[in-house]
Amino acid sequence: MKMSPLDRVLLLVTGILAAYQVAVGIDGFSTVPIIAYTLAFGVLLVAGLLLIILGFEVLDSPIVVIVSTIIPLSLSLGLVWQHFASFQISYLVFAIISFLVVIVTRSISIQNKLPVITIAVTHGIAGMTIFLLPIILSIQGLTKPLFSLVGVGGALIGIGGLLLSFLKTGRPILSREMILKVLPGLLLLMTACFVAGFKYG
Amino acid sequence: MTTLTTKFRLYWPLTKPLQSGLLLATGLAGYMSARCPIFSMGTLLGLAGSLFLAIAGSTVLNMWWDRDIDAKMGRTKKRSTSSGQVTEREVLRLGLILSLLGVGWAVAIDALFGIIVFAGLFFDVVVYSMWLKRRTAWSIVWGGISGAMPILAGRALGLGSIDWIGFILALGILFWIPTHTLTFSMKFEKDYAAACVPTFPSTYGLAVTRATIAISSVLAALMMVVAGYGIGMAWGFLRLLGVLSAGLLMLAVAITFKPSERVNFGLFKYASVYMLAAMVLVVIEAM
Repeated sequence: MKMSPLDRVLLLVTGILAAYQVAVGIDGFSTVPIIAYTLAFGVLLVAGLLLIILGFEVLDSPIVVIVSTIIPLSLSLGLVWQHFASFQISYLVFAIISFLVVIVTRSISIQNKLPVITIAVTHGIAGMTIFLLPIILSIQGLTKPLFSLVGVGGALIGIGGLLLSFLKTGRPILSREMILKVLPGLLLLMTACFVAGFKYG
Repeated sequence: MTTLTTKFRLYWPLTKPLQSGLLLATGLAGYMSARCPIFSMGTLLGLAGSLFLAIAGSTVLNMWWDRDIDAKMGRTKKRSTSSGQVTEREVLRLGLILSLLGVGWAVAIDALFGIIVFAGLFFDVVVYSMWLKRRTAWSIVWGGISGAMPILAGRALGLGSIDWIGFILALGILFWIPTHTLTFSMKFEKDYAAACVPTFPSTYGLAVTRATIAISSVLAALMMVVAGYGIGMAWGFLRLLGVLSAGLLMLAVAITFKPSERVNFGLFKYASVYMLAAMVLVVIEAM
């Protein structure tokens, strides 16, 4: 499917927002969240640029499933590290192990449902963390109300991640055309929610 | 008026505006990177004007010199120099006027700046195009050196001298240029062969060329990060530069181990975006 000029503009703005977040938006955080958020927004930035340069065909690469796992895993790790001190190490271990399992299950030929289950569990846990944690924190008054925008971004990334992952695993939830049609807008909306949530939350 | 417009339409593409613009951006970034204590709009405009004229002049002179081989290559045979839309004498005159104006203006602004601008023009036209391009595939090194001169000139103008950061910035550009030229020489291998221009793919093969592109891309990224650190870039900007460099590294690994024309083209485009972004970061940081 050919990328329209509007798609390119949306992806470019997504990249600029992600670049802003890496350069300015996470200053003052501790080391692990800075690394985690840099990974998440860095992947978004580079992925946006590659989509603009190479077109939607880049999504056919088998590496997309692995790369699209980095964003929710590292974002959720950053959030847990900042707001749930007692879960820091256990979530770090979960993030590393699930990422490794995704790499292994996507790299070797497995006939059963393990690759799909791995993706679903990883995206599910990471996505729910990004979705729920900021909303709960802002409802409890532990953060400013607008921090809940990070949760909205989490919901969007969850949708985007699952759509892409299931498309790649050969069990698409929506048609490829429909996914590609909504993807640039979804990526921009998601990134805007994250940037605004971190800035004003 | 109509004649002037027609001439401009014919002359403008001879300056390769995009390529000249990108090199000009490196010169401006080099100047801004010096964080000169006196920020003079006049000097900045002089730098931009003289550099653009000199870069455009050397590009036009290259086209004049290469008009015979351009006519043999599918990619370039429609250029006005090889299709006969402009005369040889006209192109030579245009190239010389632009070059003299550019270098003269540069020398008038600052002697050291002018010498570096002249060196860039000399390496590009005389050493690269006239002497080495038709003799050896390694001519691209000299093309790279000339491409590195604008950023060195800009920084030297800002500082009043050449320092190690200027040298590293220049190395960053020098290593970035093969990503461009070698990708072109792979994509248009048959064209270059028809024109009997030795290239890396025709001399050393595709695998060596791809490895060279990968290594030079990684070195370019490394140099830009080191230069960024040397300039005193804020950590956030260094982080961003690191992220963009990681993208370049990833593509370099991809063309080495899983080569395809698509990935090659991706690296070629990404390297341009990378360098432009690096220059923008240097400028923003200095403001």
